[in-house]
Amino acid sequence: MTIPNDIVITPELVADHGLKPDEYQKILDLIGRTPTYTELGIFSAMWNEHCSYKSSKKWLKTLPTTGPRVIQGPGENAGVVDIGDGQAVIFKMESHNHPSFIEPYQGAGTGMGGILRDVFTMGARPVAAMNALRFGAVDHEKTQHLVSGVVAGIGGYANAFGVPTVGGEVEFDASYNGNILVNAFAAGLADTDSIFLSEAKGVGVPVVYLGAKTGRDGVGGATMASAEFGDDIEEKRPTVQVGDPFTEKRLLEACLELMATGAVIAIQDMGAAGLTCSAVEMGAKGNLGVELDLDMVPVRETNMTAYEMMLSESQERMLMVLHPDREAVARAVFVKWELDFATVGKTTDDLRFRVLWQGDEVANLPIKDLGDQAPEYDRPWTPAAPAPALAASDVPQMDVADALLKLVGGHQCASRRWIYEQYDTMIQGNSVQRPGGDAGVIRVDGHPTKGLAFTSDVTPRYCQADPYEGGKQAVAEAWRNLTATGAEPLAATDNLNFGNPERPEIMSQLVHAIKGIGEACLALDFPIVSGNVSLYNETNGQGILPTPTIGGVGLLPDWTGMASIAFAAENQAILLVGSPDKRGTHLGQSIYLRDLFDRRDGSAPPVDLAHERRTGDFVRQLIRSGVVTACHDLSDGGLGVALAEMAVASGIGAQIVDLEGQDPVLQYFGEDQGRYLVTVNLDPQGDAMLALWDQARQLGVFCPWIGTTGGTALTLGAARPVPVADLKAAHEGWFPGFMAGAAA
Amino acid sequence: MKAAVIVFPGLNRDRDMIAALTKVSGTAPAIVWHQDTELPDVDLIVIPGGFSYGDYLRCGAIAARSPIMDQVRARAEQGTKVLGVCNGFQILIEAGLLPGALMRNTSLKFVCREVKLEVTNADTDFTRGYTKGQIIRCPVAHHDGNYFADAETLKRLEGEDLVAFRYAEGTNPNGSLHDIAGILNARKNVLGLMPHPENLIEAAHGGTDGRALFTGLLGQAA
Repeated sequence: MTIPNDIVITPELVADHGLKPDEYQKILDLIGRTPTYTELGIFSAMWNEHCSYKSSKKWLKTLPTTGPRVIQGPGENAGVVDIGDGQAVIFKMESHNHPSFIEPYQGAGTGMGGILRDVFTMGARPVAAMNALRFGAVDHEKTQHLVSGVVAGIGGYANAFGVPTVGGEVEFDASYNGNILVNAFAAGLADTDSIFLSEAKGVGVPVVYLGAKTGRDGVGGATMASAEFGDDIEEKRPTVQVGDPFTEKRLLEACLELMATGAVIAIQDMGAAGLTCSAVEMGAKGNLGVELDLDMVPVRETNMTAYEMMLSESQERMLMVLHPDREAVARAVFVKWELDFATVGKTTDDLRFRVLWQGDEVANLPIKDLGDQAPEYDRPWTPAAPAPALAASDVPQMDVADALLKLVGGHQCASRRWIYEQYDTMIQGNSVQRPGGDAGVIRVDGHPTKGLAFTSDVTPRYCQADPYEGGKQAVAEAWRNLTATGAEPLAATDNLNFGNPERPEIMSQLVHAIKGIGEACLALDFPIVSGNVSLYNETNGQGILPTPTIGGVGLLPDWTGMASIAFAAENQAILLVGSPDKRGTHLGQSIYLRDLFDRRDGSAPPVDLAHERRTGDFVRQLIRSGVVTACHDLSDGGLGVALAEMAVASGIGAQIVDLEGQDPVLQYFGEDQGRYLVTVNLDPQGDAMLALWDQARQLGVFCPWIGTTGGTALTLGAARPVPVADLKAAHEGWFPGFMAGAAA
Repeated sequence: MKAAVIVFPGLNRDRDMIAALTKVSGTAPAIVWHQDTELPDVDLIVIPGGFSYGDYLRCGAIAARSPIMDQVRARAEQGTKVLGVCNGFQILIEAGLLPGALMRNTSLKFVCREVKLEVTNADTDFTRGYTKGQIIRCPVAHHDGNYFADAETLKRLEGEDLVAFRYAEGTNPNGSLHDIAGILNARKNVLGLMPHPENLIEAAHGGTDGRALFTGLLGQAA
């Protein structure tokens, strides 16, 4: 046995691998010798932030991850939640931030590809996708280029793969100028008795490589994702992978076909740190060693070294542990789909991770320690320092109608149609609510009435002002958006995007956001079943706004009874469910302040979780009782913008009656939480309405009648009526104009 | 009606098409793999949408040269009805069963939205469920649906009433000449169209305007 040590391991080489001196010392202590070059690469892949969660693990453990419907929580490729009738929804959200900034089309596309693979690795056919995007300021020179590349990249991958994009979010802020966020979500459906996991079983069983060939793309990608950007960013381009949705689609069909034969014992997709992470994870989970023979790995480039093969992040690849007697069956499936199939190793009983290459053993490491002994840090964090509240008298004034038009036609609240029309939103024929509403809804194939709702939410400016309240708000908003369709929120996935955790003020954001998320998830019975952490989102020391994206999934027993945001008819009563006594009161961190007065001050709106729960439960019950004709949650821009969105979606106007004694700016643009607009087909003076109010009072939910639908204009109290056509023109006009270079 | 759906690697609306045919006719179509060289005895051959071979080289170009396409061509010559939707339309053009070319959308972007179609010829096996001049809703989802043909071909298509569907009311999503959304061969037993009638056949789709294409085909089939 010879372990080649051609390359001298210097402190510089160690540092280039993102390993700190004390981490390297730990490696020396673990293996009792200097690692080979390949081994150093393996450690760097396993111990970087992206794969090891070394800064966040301590805090992630505090999140609620279980519940009566949770079949599989964090730790597998994706979370699994029971939706009854022997079916499960399988989902996860994951970031591809750094690659998307460097090469937006491929970076975003492979982000989509990676998350789809996570879902079908578990045996689920992907049925819905979303994406949460954050770009730099609208007047930043790179923004249009990045928007257009990222959107085309996601569309290019998801459309060809054949999964409908049903929702998402897009925001602009200067803090993302040098570090955009691309968070991709995918969900799939599987039967609860045929879910595939990554735990290998059995000694001496074949480890099989499937899918595309291995090239040099992405070598060191996970390490890049764990470092800050500097001015040398353009030099990182070679570490971005290139996607091939055609291969992924074939891989999907081949995997599902193969799984149906019963040949698969364990399966793991090759994502970050490719062959290394997938092989180590399958072996370590099963308490088995793994031996890989790299000479068997299908390659598409010549003279690849063991180091390159172990760290390649070439896309559309899978590793499986197969029943030894089913290899021929499996091979036939992959030949049919014209995909590579190679037995590249076997499981062993010695708990070693051994890698052979050209007759040499180039790595021989303790397989469990690679994961279990990864560094775990309790990084220092500063105490919470929430932004102070605005003075009560601090209500900058603007004409309400003018403000409404500006907000509806501004970058924050304008229609995202320019983006979502580049995504296939209706493939598979099950999209019953497409982008543009509170949540996307699909019907569950094979079931007469069941539907699933999907949403993605976070308000980074709230998180910046108060990470704890912002964390709560992200969860509450996702829960609220699902509820607004009538769905029962089932579970969530979190994609935590933050700056450099080695800075105590950034670590403080992470810690407090997770605390807020955890508390909200508990209060709302909305466990986190999968997720991803993306740290070091900084360029030259400038961190992004803390952005813990929450992807939520809800269940509709009967999608035909779901609610959507468009006003359904004229002369219907509009109720503000969950309203505070004065309808709207909280202007701190509002879009009104930020986008009309260039002010980013004030406290984040607090989320009263008990109020959130009882209000949402009441709204859901109303929707399911059949009296609700439209429903929309209130978020950015408050009551005014929510009403405008309902009007624009339907073409029907509304007349709202001012609440006497409250500043109209606060009423219409305050961003108080836990509020929904609901229209009902009930006579406001009739017994049914009185019964509704009576029930609300008993539950402690205030739902005043604030106005009536009808006409062709939206009239906010004493303000000038704004024609719905003008609102629509402003709402639909901003994005195309911006991308054409006309607006900034 | 007996139907067969041809499946190439990379297609992704095959399941939508199979579902539509099954829901409308009550019978599941035969599934034919691209490497097969025999077609079952059917009245209708359907090539669904998607991204066969990843749209590499040119949309539909590689699929059009698959072994099964010789059979499709032979059956079309014998009069069997052939329907190609989206990528299926591209494949039929690349296979020489329909004239012209489908170029990249003028926006240079993928477009997924609902458009309006005018049924310009209702006197075919495919369109008899509609009336001439009827305006229907139909979704589109494509990157390369910009129909182009030389002046002579366009003149022939118009003169022989071979334009089956036209984008209407200013909804042409891709820059197609003459607002062409779907065309027939001279014998009118081959139809290719970019929009997706199979995605608008039931209430869950938000409308049923696409259904008449399938019921029309069904109604007069053997």
